[in-house]
Amino acid sequence: MNQVIIRNISRKYGDTTALQAVGFSVPPGELFGLIGPDGAGKTTLFRILTTLLLPDSGSATVCGFDIIRDWKEIRTRVGYMPGRFSLYQDLSMEENLLFFATVFNTRVEENYDLIRDIYVQIEPFRKRRAGKLSGGMKQKLALCCALIHRPEVLFLDEPTTGVDPVSRVEFWDMLRRLKQQGITILVSTPYMDEASRCDRIALMRSGHCLSIDTPGAICRSFGKPLYAVRSGRMYALLKELRTYKETFSCYAFGDSHHLTLNPGGADDVGALQTWLRDKGYTDVSIEPIAPGIEDCFMESGDRNV
Amino acid sequence: MKQFVSFIRKEFYHIFRDMRTTLMLLLMPVILIILFGFAISTEIRRSPIAVWDQRHDDSSGKLINQLQASEYFELYQMINSREEAGELFRRGKIRLALIIPPAQADARVQILADATDPNEANLLIRYAGAVMTSSLPGPSLREEVSGEVLLLYNPQMKGAYNFVPGVMGLILMLICAMMTSVGIVKEKELGTMEVLLVSPLRPVYIILAKAAPYLLISMVNIATILLLSRFLLDVPIRGSLVVLVSLSVLYALVALCLGLLISTLADTQQAAMLISGVVLMLPTVLLSGMVFPVENMPWILRRLSDIVPAKWYIIGVKDVMIKGLEAGAILRETGILALMAIVLTGLSVKRFKIRL
Repeated sequence: MNQVIIRNISRKYGDTTALQAVGFSVPPGELFGLIGPDGAGKTTLFRILTTLLLPDSGSATVCGFDIIRDWKEIRTRVGYMPGRFSLYQDLSMEENLLFFATVFNTRVEENYDLIRDIYVQIEPFRKRRAGKLSGGMKQKLALCCALIHRPEVLFLDEPTTGVDPVSRVEFWDMLRRLKQQGITILVSTPYMDEASRCDRIALMRSGHCLSIDTPGAICRSFGKPLYAVRSGRMYALLKELRTYKETFSCYAFGDSHHLTLNPGGADDVGALQTWLRDKGYTDVSIEPIAPGIEDCFMESGDRNV
Repeated sequence: MKQFVSFIRKEFYHIFRDMRTTLMLLLMPVILIILFGFAISTEIRRSPIAVWDQRHDDSSGKLINQLQASEYFELYQMINSREEAGELFRRGKIRLALIIPPAQADARVQILADATDPNEANLLIRYAGAVMTSSLPGPSLREEVSGEVLLLYNPQMKGAYNFVPGVMGLILMLICAMMTSVGIVKEKELGTMEVLLVSPLRPVYIILAKAAPYLLISMVNIATILLLSRFLLDVPIRGSLVVLVSLSVLYALVALCLGLLISTLADTQQAAMLISGVVLMLPTVLLSGMVFPVENMPWILRRLSDIVPAKWYIIGVKDVMIKGLEAGAILRETGILALMAIVLTGLSVKRFKIRL
């Protein structure tokens, strides 16, 4: 029995389409990632699943309960951590935790084992007002508050946005451990590099689900050779590469440009190298690389939207 | 129940950790009472006057003495021409001028008043007339002044008798409606409402828990106001305290429901503040009869004033507190307020969204 089942959900805000026929299922104990940039519809989907919004069409169940009819049941069974910090800034860390424990009809001690790993890290600051905590500590506290009632399904909306890289890694380690406790976790993130930490991911853009699979399978499905191209003049090179007649796609990726070519000739790399040398790029390096999630994201975006 | 108690405790943390709010909530009634009681007074006391005495005899001297002796007037200076009086009026030095004509058979005293504030001018003329009547020499003349006025309930015409109920109506509205609406909208704005909604907590408990602390605080305020007015302003509490407090609780409930309704309309704290200010405060001040008598207003404003809860509350408080009437005498006011509470509760519960 899948913990979350989404069938064909669509939702509009006025004329803007936030979600367009999205559907997937998440089995128990899975760490499922929604990957996509701002405006992809991740938050809207989370709000629909946590019964905060109604879909325009389509249906969904969480823990076997219908999100429209059985909203009360769902609200006792899920944990939700909204995208922006949603705890009381003027209450201390400890007071926030105690408050949410009582709101969820439980005590901190009851499920302490679940949050212990996270809580010990922030415990030295338990008397500090939540508003004065650092970004990473705020997210850890928010996670504790969302976990305090041992939810069956945990929804985390961009938990690592605005958090430093070290805390981000720690945060994902924590999610791994929670998953081992049997909690189904849906997490959204705009960071493509975090996708590989999920069991399965859904790539989202402009309200559409581009593909849903394990990160590995999505990368393998890329289906054509990918090259990293570097040179001394990167920006000029990017514009040049996009005018090359055999270029299928070319995107700037940090220190190199990721390039795919139209299927064709045997020595297409050699041909490109010659072409670039004629254009005056003498220091060009072109090397084949394995595609990452971000490559797949850019690629499927071109294809589907 | 434990959830509820914990929620209310959280609300008190919010209130008391924000020093400005705390001070405002607890000191506002004190400041308003002192302001109305001592600074903004509609009573006439020691108004400066000028006198042009052309008569210069015993009776005119006696009249001037009498005017000076009364606590209403203070002789600013004696003058010798009408122009002098005009000059003093222009410079704002005097409020009233008396011109006593030379001794002749039917000479009459002329009173000049600065009517830029008509109410005050009226009062001054009435007082001056009263002083002159009492200082008239023979009993024969006094008999011509017929009619005797007996002021009921407030023989000294103290302003406090009017504004203490008014301030109670204002403060309860301000604290219950404005603070509740701002409190709920704040949770929406901060995003904590999202988390609270996705919890087993029933939405109706969220509302109740947000409102309860302000109901409590407003009762503290009522106690403060009553104590201050009793011992500082000497306003008596003639009727039953129980009836008075019950009426206040009922009115506070109406205000809470209004605040709740506003919170379902507003999305930001500023909007909630603005709506409470314009939609609640203005009518409460202007149309409740607290400052301006409603009876003299155009028909449309009088009808409008009927839906201002403060009007009925203030009438009720005056009846109980000042006139000392029993609960039975304020059945109409109680009924109207109760009806308002029921309608508003229904409306706001219906409008309160269980989703975003």
